[in-house]
Amino acid sequence: MHDFQFHTPSSLEEALTLLEEYGEDARPMAGGTALVVLMKQSLVSAGHLVSLARVPGLDAIQAEDHELHIGALVRHRDVETSPLVRGFAPFLCDVYRQVATVRIRNMATVGGGLAHADPAQDPPPAYMVLDARVRLVSRAGERVVPVRELFTDYYETVIQPGELLTEVIVPRPAPTAMFAYLKFLPRTEDDYATVAVAAKVERDGAICRNVRVALAAAGPTPIRATAVEQALEGQPATPALVRDAAEQVADQVDPLDDFRGSAAYKRDMAVVFTRRALMRVLGLSS
Amino acid sequence: MVTTTLHTVRVTVNGVPREATVPVYRTLVDFLRYDLGLTGTKEACSVGVCGACTVLLNGRPVASCITLAVQADGAEITTIEGLADGERLHPLQQAFIECGGFQCGICTPGQIVAAKALLDANPHPTDDEIKEWMMGNLCRCTGYYQILDAIKRAAEVRG
Repeated sequence: MHDFQFHTPSSLEEALTLLEEYGEDARPMAGGTALVVLMKQSLVSAGHLVSLARVPGLDAIQAEDHELHIGALVRHRDVETSPLVRGFAPFLCDVYRQVATVRIRNMATVGGGLAHADPAQDPPPAYMVLDARVRLVSRAGERVVPVRELFTDYYETVIQPGELLTEVIVPRPAPTAMFAYLKFLPRTEDDYATVAVAAKVERDGAICRNVRVALAAAGPTPIRATAVEQALEGQPATPALVRDAAEQVADQVDPLDDFRGSAAYKRDMAVVFTRRALMRVLGLSS
Repeated sequence: MVTTTLHTVRVTVNGVPREATVPVYRTLVDFLRYDLGLTGTKEACSVGVCGACTVLLNGRPVASCITLAVQADGAEITTIEGLADGERLHPLQQAFIECGGFQCGICTPGQIVAAKALLDANPHPTDDEIKEWMMGNLCRCTGYYQILDAIKRAAEVRG
């Protein structure tokens, strides 16, 4: 690994000052599970790592009436096992439980994972169907960005040099909302998905409302499958309609050929898993 | 000129305060092995996937190959060397011997340390709970069923 300066600020203000001062040459460091691997592979060569480990106030989970706030330094394992999160959105606990292994989930943080922006990660599509937002803070001020607008390309986000992702804000799901996350794992249980699909539907009698479908490992970013959503929105849920709607995902994904499958295969599997996820959400059998 | 930034890292390993001044990029597994001489922890995949380098950081299993030593500054660490009580083996170590829970042995320190964290958190895990917890600890000699047997036996012995 290359040499670098390791900073351990003890306040958010101090961390933001360091990030501003060193700009493109600085990387915030949380659990390090992604960053250390990238540095070992010489894919990241930042001259300054700004450790967030001693910055107070970033590792809390707080539930309010309408929103859940998850601090950027909360570990994956702590989301998975949090009674507060389970009471608010049990779907989120179940998604985090599917990330890698317990050993990785003990170190990897919520904010670090989102900022890393690997399109194969599990939490981003879950946050997309939950209509979650992230808070980005810098010395110049702060802004709140929907997770669906966070990612711009492979490992790229709208987060600017000097900005820090400090929390995720999850709106309370409607009482009628049903969720599913299906992860296609043909190799091992702890692998990244070949494709993965998160889905949410709010039921108004037989009618589907506020449909959300998002995919991981299906393109350069996590993808909202808006064509699938629109095909179901306001319609009565039937297996035939779900089958037709799921077909729409084929034109929305842009997967790569790799050792987890060809692009054509992943496109086909995106359709299959989108259909299965929606069937599960709607309690339908094919 | 190549410069190397040095940091003094202070940790408590297996109950004993230790410190060393190391390059900033030193991984925790290298710090344990080369700076502190605790060679029980093994490195295999080097990217956090195989589990051979598992140690407990403040009681929780982590991959020491993708953790920097500077990240562990001030922490309590448990390695395989910290399990036995003098000449008396930890129940997990004894059970791994009795059940044939290893062949070549490279993955064993990580297996046993991960299993210790499981039994500390959940003294009587079900088979499914053991499999879920241990799935990130790979054994290329494929001794998985004996490892499962060993963890169950240790749980019985510990009561």
